[in-house]
Amino acid sequence: MHVATSPEFKQNAKRAIADPQLQKALARSGPSFIARRAAAVAALPEFEALREIGKQIKNHTLAHLDFYLETYAAKVEAAGGHVHWCADAAEARAVVLDICQKAGARTVTKGKSMISEEIAINDHLEKHGIQPVETDLGEYIIQLRHELPSHIIAPAFHLNREEWEEQFRKSHTDLPADRVFHERRDILTEARAKLRERFLAADVGITGANFLIAETGSSVIVTNEGNGDLTQTLPRVHIALASIEKMVPTLDDAAALLRLLARSATGQDMSVYTTFSTGARRPGDLDGPEEYHVVLLDNGRSAMLGTEFQDMLRCIRCAACMNHCPVYGAVGGHAYGWVYPGPMGSVLTPSLIGVEQSGHLPNASTFCGKCESVCPMKIPLPGMMRHWRERAFERHLMPTAQRSNLALWGFVARRPGLYRLATRAAALTLGLMGRKRGRFARLPFAGGWTAGRDLPAPEGDTFFARYARAQRQGTLGKGNQA
Amino acid sequence: MSRETVLDAIRRGLRRGPLPADQRAMLQSRLDAHPRHLIPARSRLDRPGQVALFLRNLEKEFATFSRVADAAAVPAAIAEYLAQQNLPSDIAIAPHPELQALPWAERPMLRLREGRAKASDAVSVQHAFAAIAETGTLMLPSAPERPTTLNLLPDTAIAVLRASRLVGALEEAWTLLRDELGGMPRNVMLVTGPSRSADIEQTLELGAHGPRRLHVVLIDDTP
Repeated sequence: MHVATSPEFKQNAKRAIADPQLQKALARSGPSFIARRAAAVAALPEFEALREIGKQIKNHTLAHLDFYLETYAAKVEAAGGHVHWCADAAEARAVVLDICQKAGARTVTKGKSMISEEIAINDHLEKHGIQPVETDLGEYIIQLRHELPSHIIAPAFHLNREEWEEQFRKSHTDLPADRVFHERRDILTEARAKLRERFLAADVGITGANFLIAETGSSVIVTNEGNGDLTQTLPRVHIALASIEKMVPTLDDAAALLRLLARSATGQDMSVYTTFSTGARRPGDLDGPEEYHVVLLDNGRSAMLGTEFQDMLRCIRCAACMNHCPVYGAVGGHAYGWVYPGPMGSVLTPSLIGVEQSGHLPNASTFCGKCESVCPMKIPLPGMMRHWRERAFERHLMPTAQRSNLALWGFVARRPGLYRLATRAAALTLGLMGRKRGRFARLPFAGGWTAGRDLPAPEGDTFFARYARAQRQGTLGKGNQA
Repeated sequence: MSRETVLDAIRRGLRRGPLPADQRAMLQSRLDAHPRHLIPARSRLDRPGQVALFLRNLEKEFATFSRVADAAAVPAAIAEYLAQQNLPSDIAIAPHPELQALPWAERPMLRLREGRAKASDAVSVQHAFAAIAETGTLMLPSAPERPTTLNLLPDTAIAVLRASRLVGALEEAWTLLRDELGGMPRNVMLVTGPSRSADIEQTLELGAHGPRRLHVVLIDDTP
């Protein structure tokens, strides 16, 4: 498993904010995702109704997940495929390695898969002498740079064109070092040529799955590049990595969810390639894999059922939440420190690797609510982050100073008389102290707050006092006359 | 194998044991009935309206098309398209009876090779099983007469589509597939435009790993 740096979120975030290359990339890419989604949603009047339908489909599926998984597995097997049930990442890694070794694989091509990041399969294969090759353009450069993706659908979200060119010069040493990349297309063309060789040479292809269909035993991938399709069509063996919550009952259920997915993700009505794979090559087929395997991964998801985090399992990984998140927009994906960034990551990461390992992630939120409002599956993300905060508090995972301050505040806030006395004293003192400048650039015990902005000085009165005075004078609701 | 471990954990989470037979039967009947959900109004059009919507969406997704009055005109339309684009006239073509029945002999300049695509193929001709007006999407189920590699490897992918195979929404294409093919083929590709990527600076570039060009030859076989 990738070692999570999530507990260092604060330091990660500080570094991210001070990184000019990253800030340049974030400033460019963020707004374009937002605008494209907004245009696609505006063009489909039924979008809101479809969100509710999508939510109902997933809720129904999760409530009967055992039935649908069993039905799905039987269908896969009837189509000549194999289903490997895996309780955790270690088991999934062992299964994938075993399939690759039995196939005598030397190189493995890979379509984009977050599950593959979650179980860190690349490191495992490399350790055993098998070369994994990421073929999604963004994943490809991430692999060359030995990084984690910084976004779940745009892995190289944090990179600028200069970094692409530099990395390609460094990695593709067989090409003339002084070649010129006139435009982005030249970068793409070089990657295409490089990866074409890999596609044709690979022994095994590993993809993820956006959906699993119980009705037919199909795994579904959704891509724009076509790399996933080449990955699952050309090699002799296809392995689909999927977590259990990817299940949907029927092709018609998938049709409804597909209307939400691409619009929420990239602002497309439909991605370029939406492909349903069902079993191995059939008699008479001229192409397609001879073996078809599904690695069905739980890895902590079943433990979310029946808890306040069950709704998170509706997630279809569109990334709308991170695209609209002011925190993600400020620090990018790597600061979150593990596989899943943004609001969905802040909820999912503690569920999958433990709240102890996820540190400040549930606090990486302004609670503006934008993530929930754009989530196609209506997942109450801010509410769940609050649940995680409560759990972290209950389990004494907060720093002592923060805990004791919260406890002190709680003590005072529960005693109205004391609360008014304390706030009156504070407003009076701070009002006197800040009379000259009207603001504080620095305050004892509030360095965390004043480091980033000034605190306006109170005018010497509390809200309660003003409110009471206005009520007495009958000027309430008549503008700022008190 | 962790099958039972996973299923037990799910049932523990859902606070119940395995589902009783009557509930399983109910869920199975939902699978068998596969009820449709809301279908957006945009594709609820008459036939000419759906054709127009489909072609509009093709262009929006950077695909191109030619329209021909009958199947006999397809080879000429393909030859013309290849000449216009300055493309070679060697074609890897799907061994589909409908394509085999076309009068290719009238275009001796086109050199056809039936079968799956090879890495060196520049142009492919595929048979479209159906198409979806709502999104400008082709449905290409795999079969011995419809190899998947033709959709992926060549730089230029051409699909031959009869207008009578055009439906409004994906759900209607599933109905065609269930009715005519009986079961789920090994691979069903829904293709909407040529391959593309926006991974470099979130800026769209066509021609990632799949075809750079997608051209549809539409046969107007409906009144």
